[in-house]
Amino acid sequence: MTKICVLDYGSGNVRSVFNLFNSINQSVIISNQYKDIKNASHIVLPGVGSFGSAMNNIKLNIPLGILEEEVLTKGKPFLGICVGMQVMATESSEFGKHLGLNWISGEVKKISADLPLPHIGWNNLKIFQNSKLLEGINEDLDFYFVHSFKFHLNDSSLLVASSEYGESIPSIINKENLFGVQFHPEKSQVAGKKLAINFLKIK
Amino acid sequence: MKKKRVIALLLIKDGILVQSKKFERHQNLGNPYFAVKRLSEWASDELIYLDITDKNHSLNLSSSKKSFLGIIEEVSKSALMPITVGGGISSIADIEERLAHGADKISINSVIFEKQEFILDAAKKFGSQCIVASIDIKKNGDNFYIFSEYGRKLIKEDPLNILKRVQDQGAGEILINFIDHDGMKNGYDINLINKLSECIKIPFIVCGGAGQWSDFKEIFDKTSADAAAAANIFHHIDQSMYLAKNYLFENGCNVRKPQLLEI
Repeated sequence: MTKICVLDYGSGNVRSVFNLFNSINQSVIISNQYKDIKNASHIVLPGVGSFGSAMNNIKLNIPLGILEEEVLTKGKPFLGICVGMQVMATESSEFGKHLGLNWISGEVKKISADLPLPHIGWNNLKIFQNSKLLEGINEDLDFYFVHSFKFHLNDSSLLVASSEYGESIPSIINKENLFGVQFHPEKSQVAGKKLAINFLKIK
Repeated sequence: MKKKRVIALLLIKDGILVQSKKFERHQNLGNPYFAVKRLSEWASDELIYLDITDKNHSLNLSSSKKSFLGIIEEVSKSALMPITVGGGISSIADIEERLAHGADKISINSVIFEKQEFILDAAKKFGSQCIVASIDIKKNGDNFYIFSEYGRKLIKEDPLNILKRVQDQGAGEILINFIDHDGMKNGYDINLINKLSECIKIPFIVCGGAGQWSDFKEIFDKTSADAAAAANIFHHIDQSMYLAKNYLFENGCNVRKPQLLEI
């Protein structure tokens, strides 16, 4: 049975992410409790703000040992959103060096294109490979982005889709059961809802 | 490619949706929930809600604020889109309160001129992506001035300095309102927008004057504005946002194609 656990470490968009999943399936909770993470079928890590403060708050609020057991060992579908995707990286250079969860090898660095930052607004995808997350979603659909940093993957085969903003920005990454999206599905109207429905279909 | 945005701006005064003219005359448009539902139905790229209750003349300030926050909370539950909220912000606690009711971004106006470091403090605490510096501009001959307190108080500081300052302090976006064009349906002030944009390096939104769909196109064709916002034009025509987006898309503007996906 589908049970969604949205992890809460004080990220501003937790409620929006809850609203998105709640509009699809009502068995969703916001929680960091051991039993809720253990009982969940799908785990979501939202994120807004800077990498360093997100990592600090994650370490303070989320039982990482249990989360890693459920996600890395048992292989539960995991979705990281925006900074929630970026913290899966090895490290970041946003406001100094910070170590990430190191679930997906790579580094988070500032977008270097000579365009206004943050990269804010609606942008579409360039799709590199099939993904369960993209069922029914094509390259014409737009998603809502707000960020100034991007995920540099060490293994480019994990790139599912990118978006163009003066340079190529990884917008969807996937390693086994780990999914990351740079955009905000919870703010991307029907396209975001479609993606969330697809995520919940992953077992 | 990143798209240009079209944004519906909703003015709430004493808990009621209103339309305005030159920041002065306000006409009651009734229950905000229905209008919101109409505008939220997928086509608008974002929503901006401004509480323009006059704190010196409101009959019941606390109940008017309560209904405003109630509207934001309701909208954010179903809208699944970015929501900027402004009006009456004068402290970090005010920002926290609005975020807790479902706002994604906070538009900051008069307090910019009362507390010089406010944008800096707010951007540090909530991140630049959360902070929209809202600037109201009025012309006087060839000159132009910034006003605070919803057009009531003239700010003597050079407008270009102010624009530079809010960017240096970490605002993520700038929302520029053109008071002379507010509610006049005479098009945006393209010349002034281009003059201001020379000193703007972050995404900016312009508002004031939209009277027909082609006014949005003019913004995207002739200025570097990242987004065009409007209020009145969206209230009087059924499916207005869809029609606007469709016009822009059909006429080659770089906007999000309206209604592509059914689920």
